[in-house]
Amino acid sequence: MNAPRSDAAANASPHPEFEALSPSKEAWRVFRRNKAALLGLCLLSLVVLTMIVGPTLYPVGAFDLMGAPFTEPFTDAKVWLGTDYLGRDILAGMVVGGRATVTVGLSAALITVTIGILVGALAGYFGGWVDEGLMRVTELFQVLPSLLFAMVLVTLFSPSLLVVTIAIGAVSWTSTARLARAEFMRLRKLEYVSAARALGAGNVRLMLREILPNALPPLIVSATLIIGVAILFEAGLSFLGLSDPNVMSWGMMIGANRRNILECWWGVTFPGIAIFVTVLSVSLIGDGLNDAFNPRLHQR
Amino acid sequence: MSADVRADGPAREAAGVATRASAANGGPLLDVRDLCVEFQTRKGVARVLEGVSFALGPGETLGLVGESGCGKSMTALAIMRLIPDPPGRITSGEVVFDGQDLLKLDDATMRDVRGNRVSMIFQEPMTSLNPVFTVGEQIAEAVRLHQRLERRAAHERAVEMLEAVGIPAARRRVDEYPHQFSGGMRQRVMIAMALACNPGVLIADEPTTALDVTVQAQIFDLISDLRDRTGASVVLITHDMGAVAEMTDRVAVMYAGRIVEEGSVEEVLEEPLHPYTQGLIACAPGRRTAARGEPLEEIPGTVPSLLERRGGCAFADRCKHVQPRCRELQPAELRIAGGRRRVVCWLFADGGAR
Repeated sequence: MNAPRSDAAANASPHPEFEALSPSKEAWRVFRRNKAALLGLCLLSLVVLTMIVGPTLYPVGAFDLMGAPFTEPFTDAKVWLGTDYLGRDILAGMVVGGRATVTVGLSAALITVTIGILVGALAGYFGGWVDEGLMRVTELFQVLPSLLFAMVLVTLFSPSLLVVTIAIGAVSWTSTARLARAEFMRLRKLEYVSAARALGAGNVRLMLREILPNALPPLIVSATLIIGVAILFEAGLSFLGLSDPNVMSWGMMIGANRRNILECWWGVTFPGIAIFVTVLSVSLIGDGLNDAFNPRLHQR
Repeated sequence: MSADVRADGPAREAAGVATRASAANGGPLLDVRDLCVEFQTRKGVARVLEGVSFALGPGETLGLVGESGCGKSMTALAIMRLIPDPPGRITSGEVVFDGQDLLKLDDATMRDVRGNRVSMIFQEPMTSLNPVFTVGEQIAEAVRLHQRLERRAAHERAVEMLEAVGIPAARRRVDEYPHQFSGGMRQRVMIAMALACNPGVLIADEPTTALDVTVQAQIFDLISDLRDRTGASVVLITHDMGAVAEMTDRVAVMYAGRIVEEGSVEEVLEEPLHPYTQGLIACAPGRRTAARGEPLEEIPGTVPSLLERRGGCAFADRCKHVQPRCRELQPAELRIAGGRRRVVCWLFADGGAR
């Protein structure tokens, strides 16, 4: 131990294969091997890319009347995917509509996860009456039919994207809360949490630094799946006409064209495919993350 | 080993001055007085600690020995105020550290004592480190909890501490994760974390129980070595009588939530007074018994349940020298050698003659 050593000697690992792999790097390594998850990642990248640069490359107003109503797809080069009952360009709606849908989906999932982790962490960490109280509130939200509750929220306030986002977040945080609570209850009893407490860490630090990073893997997985659910939820609300009427979204396109579904199949099919692909890609990613974070499945 | 464990910031120096001031008075650094802990269970109240008292001078090492379940770890947790409440509760007593009763401090002040002035290492090194952070981050965190230190300086301190606890290639290994360390190495990291702020007292709760036999001696050596260099006092909780003989200055023997005998290590090991202490020492595989190839002695029976405690001495049912009054009355404490040696047993209550 007293032997003088150069820095080079200290840095040269005797076992290069045992390089320090952080848990996130390790997870990425496993994720990368999952073909389906990679496909999901590619699809989602495509969707997000379309959302970002699509409107610049295809600058057609989604509400503008671009041709005769009910133009069939692939017949008119000007409106490639056809037009709806008002003559609005379906492709323009597809390109722009993803923005609202995915943005609402993402923000709603963010709200969901934030509320869920906050409630679950407090309940699981402190236990006792805090747990009792918070879990009763959670159950209250769980027994409400979520779509109806969200509809009530949206109709009570103006149907703007913000309200829709909050409404979705408000009805779907319960499962995350229960998951976070279970993780916090399990982890708070572990030795390294006691050890950190013995080193002088306070409750907030224990929750944020010792427990939360270890509780994150299942929460990330569930958050990914919640994005999918939230996208579907937004589409559902728009379909019912309970979204901002001034913002084009895939759900709204389906809702608007549902009356003409027999004579104008393309009006609902293309936005439907868009929603399907987006949700599928998110689910595939969630599945891949689940495998990556779950050490028991590493051997597969 | 080149790292200077003493090298430190001004905050630490102030604490050091306070420690020395109390030592100059000749008073103990840590004085546990009449500590009682109860646990509320479904079957009733378990009195886990009953009137535990001991004193620890600066730089002194106290061995806390006894069977599993007799309250050694509880004593350690009570000193740190880490007993889970509920169901546990410290019902009475004082833990005077450096002139302050720790049990009366508010939570924020107590947090600043933990890990900074009184530190603790646990028996399970395999699970006592957070798996998602590098050991360097965790040691740095332990330092930054108590000292205003730049991230970089804290990282340097982590490297220093890893060198001090004898981890080779510390500069490289500081960025590795706990799973890349063996059990003994992880315990070294735990010791580094516990000593990173130069605490006055280190409580080591069976630090080697979970480790390989060949590593145990190394860890004991490391603790003694760091104790000598930092001047910290140590409370060593252990089953290992060999370690007690080698490392400690004083020994307290616990049984069923009480200290039944206390004295200097020579006195207790050479001339144990309490029948339980005699049994414990006879149990330890020594050179004499091994040479004769005789089976080890044992103490018949087990520690009685803390729930169904009747009056009298808790050891009565297992004691060779049991008398009728043992089962009726809790024996009085006999203090000899100016109070530095004490024993709680009826055998000695009548003047010390056996």
